[in-house]
Amino acid sequence: MSRVSTVNSRVVYDALTSAGVRLISALPETWLVHLLRLAEDDPEMTLVRLAKEEEGVGISAGAHLAGMKSAMLMQNHGFLASINGIVSCAQLYRIPLLMLISDRGSFGEPDPWQTEGGAVTEDLLRTLRIPYRSLDDATLVRHRIHEAQTLAYSSNKPVALLLSRDLMVESDGAPR
Amino acid sequence: MTRLDCLRAIYPALHGRAVVTIMGAVAAELQSIGHRPNFFYLQHAMGLASSMGLGIALAKPKLPVVVFDGDGSVLMNLGGLTTLARYRPRHLTHVVFDNESLLSVGGFPTATSTGTDLAAMAAAAGVPRTSTVRTVDSFVEAFRDAERSEDLSTIVAKVDAVGPSGYVTDLALIENRFQFQRQLGHM
Repeated sequence: MSRVSTVNSRVVYDALTSAGVRLISALPETWLVHLLRLAEDDPEMTLVRLAKEEEGVGISAGAHLAGMKSAMLMQNHGFLASINGIVSCAQLYRIPLLMLISDRGSFGEPDPWQTEGGAVTEDLLRTLRIPYRSLDDATLVRHRIHEAQTLAYSSNKPVALLLSRDLMVESDGAPR
Repeated sequence: MTRLDCLRAIYPALHGRAVVTIMGAVAAELQSIGHRPNFFYLQHAMGLASSMGLGIALAKPKLPVVVFDGDGSVLMNLGGLTTLARYRPRHLTHVVFDNESLLSVGGFPTATSTGTDLAAMAAAAGVPRTSTVRTVDSFVEAFRDAERSEDLSTIVAKVDAVGPSGYVTDLALIENRFQFQRQLGHM
């Protein structure tokens, strides 16, 4: 059995709020459940539940132009579904996007349906020239999120942080 | 009824509003009437103009927002109607110019030409106020009613499939983007 880490979800959430993020757009996914609850319970946060992740690019772009910091929470497949919006809205118009992507489908992935998306995520980020780092160490989460946001704003471009299995999933020894 | 006539009829009412348009004919025609710094033209990313309008409205809840959408764009982001309705920005007016075709790429007919009813879809998605209009007078009236209502409205304006001779204007995309952001900072 494995379960999503409530402690590290809190670490990620607190890092986002300390970075001034006031709007989160998301589609639920197993690893994001605690993060979304934290956003939902926070009266200072606007949580936008999407029908499809690409909408989040437009919502973040509008929020940015209107002066609000935002973040997008999604799974690899949400990133895949967002690519046209990332290229033809965020990159075309130089919009800073802070994307947090559950990096499903890597070593330890028990769900067969997650295995293809995980295999192409980093290659696609590189192809799109989106700077990215992995969040795999709880002690570095706050630092990395702040650094990612700093680069997004200085470059006016999307950046990505990969939420890794090591960070998001607790294990009792079985595959997680 | 033409889209250009509709835009001309409400142009003075766009003052003080954040205006987001889709690409192609809508963007070129609004600019032909006169660009203003509170207008943003999303010259790609079809479907996301209404999502951008929602993002602006969530960041600035008191600012009136007008989105000029099109049938082809709405059909690319039907789920966005459900998100728009779910968060129901009270000062957002969503205008859909429905010419039943993808005009700027050769006029290929869209599904609204074979019966898809976008106002009904918006209503079914949960948009509280929806209408379909076919004359400039009824369009102006629906637009005024929408703004007075202080609630989310989708107005589907059935327009002729005619547009400008060209779509590229002398306003650079990036110039428009930074000017719009600066303007929103004052609104």
